[in-house]
Amino acid sequence: MSERAAASAGLVAVAMSGGLDSSVTAWLLARAGQPVVGLSMLLWDQSASPRHGRCCGALDLGDARRVAQQAGIPHYTLRLDGEFRRQVVDPFVADYLAGRTPSPCVRCNTWIKFDLLLDRARQLGAERLATGHYARILYGAARATGSTGAGGCDGDGGPELHSALDPSKDQSYYLFELTAEQLAASLFPLGALTKTEVRALARQAGLVVAGKGESMEVCFVEGGVREFVEAQVGAAGPPADVVDSGGKSLGSGQPYYRYTVGQRRGLGLASPRPLYVLAIQPEENRVVVGEERELLAPGLIGERLHWIGPEPPAPGGVIEATVRIRSRHPGVAARIYPRPAARTAHPDAGREVEVEFATPQRGVTPGQAAVFYRGTRVLGGCWIRGRLDAVSTLSSFS
Amino acid sequence: MADVYLDHNATTPLDPRVREAMLPWLGERFGNPSSIHRAGQAARNAVEEAREHVAALIGARPPEVVFTASGTEANDTVVASAVERARRSATGGGHLAISAIEHPSVREAAARAERAGLEVTQVPPGEDGVVPAAAMIEALRHDTLLACLMLANNEVGTLQPVGAVAAEFRARGIPLLCDAVQAVGKVPVDVSRLGVDLLVLGAHKFGGPLGAAALWIRDGVEVESLLVGGSQERRRRAGTENVAAIVGLGAAASLARDEVGGHLRPLQLAALRDRFEAGLREVPGAIVHCRTAPRLPNTSHVALTGVEGEALLIRLDLAGFAVSTGSACSSGTVEPSKTLLAMGLAAEEALSSIRVSFGISNHAAEVDRFLAALAREVAALRRLTGSAMAAPMPAAGARAEVSGASAGDRAARAGRR
Repeated sequence: MSERAAASAGLVAVAMSGGLDSSVTAWLLARAGQPVVGLSMLLWDQSASPRHGRCCGALDLGDARRVAQQAGIPHYTLRLDGEFRRQVVDPFVADYLAGRTPSPCVRCNTWIKFDLLLDRARQLGAERLATGHYARILYGAARATGSTGAGGCDGDGGPELHSALDPSKDQSYYLFELTAEQLAASLFPLGALTKTEVRALARQAGLVVAGKGESMEVCFVEGGVREFVEAQVGAAGPPADVVDSGGKSLGSGQPYYRYTVGQRRGLGLASPRPLYVLAIQPEENRVVVGEERELLAPGLIGERLHWIGPEPPAPGGVIEATVRIRSRHPGVAARIYPRPAARTAHPDAGREVEVEFATPQRGVTPGQAAVFYRGTRVLGGCWIRGRLDAVSTLSSFS
Repeated sequence: MADVYLDHNATTPLDPRVREAMLPWLGERFGNPSSIHRAGQAARNAVEEAREHVAALIGARPPEVVFTASGTEANDTVVASAVERARRSATGGGHLAISAIEHPSVREAAARAERAGLEVTQVPPGEDGVVPAAAMIEALRHDTLLACLMLANNEVGTLQPVGAVAAEFRARGIPLLCDAVQAVGKVPVDVSRLGVDLLVLGAHKFGGPLGAAALWIRDGVEVESLLVGGSQERRRRAGTENVAAIVGLGAAASLARDEVGGHLRPLQLAALRDRFEAGLREVPGAIVHCRTAPRLPNTSHVALTGVEGEALLIRLDLAGFAVSTGSACSSGTVEPSKTLLAMGLAAEEALSSIRVSFGISNHAAEVDRFLAALAREVAALRRLTGSAMAAPMPAAGARAEVSGASAGDRAARAGRR
């Protein structure tokens, strides 16, 4: 009987981290009678570390295996640590060294989970990949028949990425780089549930992970991010020059990559008014600080634009959308202007945008993603290169 | 759960006859073999009877047999004892000669010895997976404290020229440790014919239980106990004996003596293996590693060109067939076979291989079902990954489509609900 399992139609692979959400995902699908195979990824080998139990630790992989047994599904662990280092960890370190504040979870979704893992899942005979993300995939027809979509209907019927019903848990921001093809091959069974409901389901099922807490930090970093970057580079950088927005030196601080745009605490500067990091300039080993009002930016310049929907904006056109400029940002109304392709011969030519906010926003941080929403629907997004006014003001003294 | 189990080099199911022998010691019979009362005496007698069975299986004398909890413990004990001897020597150093395809318990113990200041020579195998006897002898030095050469490789199953090197080693007074864990119970093993000084076997590789193994130490060879704190096993292995498991080892040894000695078992295993390898001709791109070398009768390590071994293993498991890729790390992920790498294969070739190891409970019909499943799963994988070996079919290459920009999205918008 089990000889037919791999060949039978509709096998779904579930990405299992050993955490609560992916465990309940696997259990829900198995309970619904869906043929399921659980897959865990060994992303960051911590077997040498005494402190297991983080998202990629051996302890969590053990939990995934135990949950799979409870759910009565086969489970396998795939070693993807080489690819994870190349696609997520190395760019993470490079971003900090380039003065950016990276968003590694987006890259992990784009390049690891919904690319490599999906590919592996298909090799094992699975047709789809389910994850424990709090987000929804809606199809044109489903939306028309009374789903909650508030986005404009394009009549296309392809998969649409929407935010989760529970806004406090929404993870759609981290999924903005998925393609329609990837979405069509994906399932997010938790997208319409609250965390409380998910935990209740885990208790009801008696899953061993029912009491597990949240993993909020970057999964491969133990301790501080800055210390991690230094450990990867193998040395600490020299102290940066700290200057105000007029270019006046305020003294020397820590190495530049230890700062984040918008940061207030830990600057160690004497000033009558609170100072914030406005910009990080690695080439000059310089950190620009200023007052809170100077943090406000009228817009952003984005690169590597990605569009999920059927209507990629044409250069010269404009699109109105709500933009979230970091994962916990509530969103701001904005106009998106794709830049003409001819302006540069860069491979990403034609994938640059200018985003004008309806009201100025603080904390436009290079390296973070700007994700475009229409209602609950994710239209796409881009990676923040800098403030829209950066060309005219901040770059004048660099 | 696997319907057809073809991973007997990892572990074998408990032979029902062994289970029968063990059951009393998991039930009404119990006792600490060191106790003076009759319950203890009975346990002691059971352990000693098992020792006789193990000694008889390998042509040894019972007092030379030391029970341990695993083959790894036995190997570790011997290497650690050599390190201890080096530490106490005039120079404080010394040399170990091991084959490069030893089990990790020997290789990693040798690596630890290296960190403790000893020098280690690793002798690589030839392309056929066999360590040349001459190379093993050449590796010896005046200060060599221990040499290690396994009898049968756990991954590719090749038999090593232990008998051919042992005489030279003895002439030079260098103790030779022979890890025979994969060989005992599958082929005849006789310590005096081999001429080695130390030999290791494990119960669970030939129908016995997990948790019992034996270290045979030739009379006169000194090995220091790894564990201290008790006078068990004539002070060569402290710790209360695992009576039930040791009884199981004895029973498995007794059965093996009858069935291997009369060549019944090797012939039975070889028949399964040969049926499998003959049928492999129908699977395009299948190559049996070390086919012409002397091998265990039960082991086939097969390369399937253009196929990832890990994906194949999982597909076969989902289809109800348990096989191995040869070596797995503690996290349960796949690593390239150390033996294949040592034989000079590229990592990619090594990763496209699976190990099939038969046991006496397998049947010819299972071999045939497995061959059909293997052909089917290999073909499916080659189709999915667009391997050159695949029949021309529309490619489902995920990565090509996924990494395409939005123009590709529209083309790929096929799999909707």
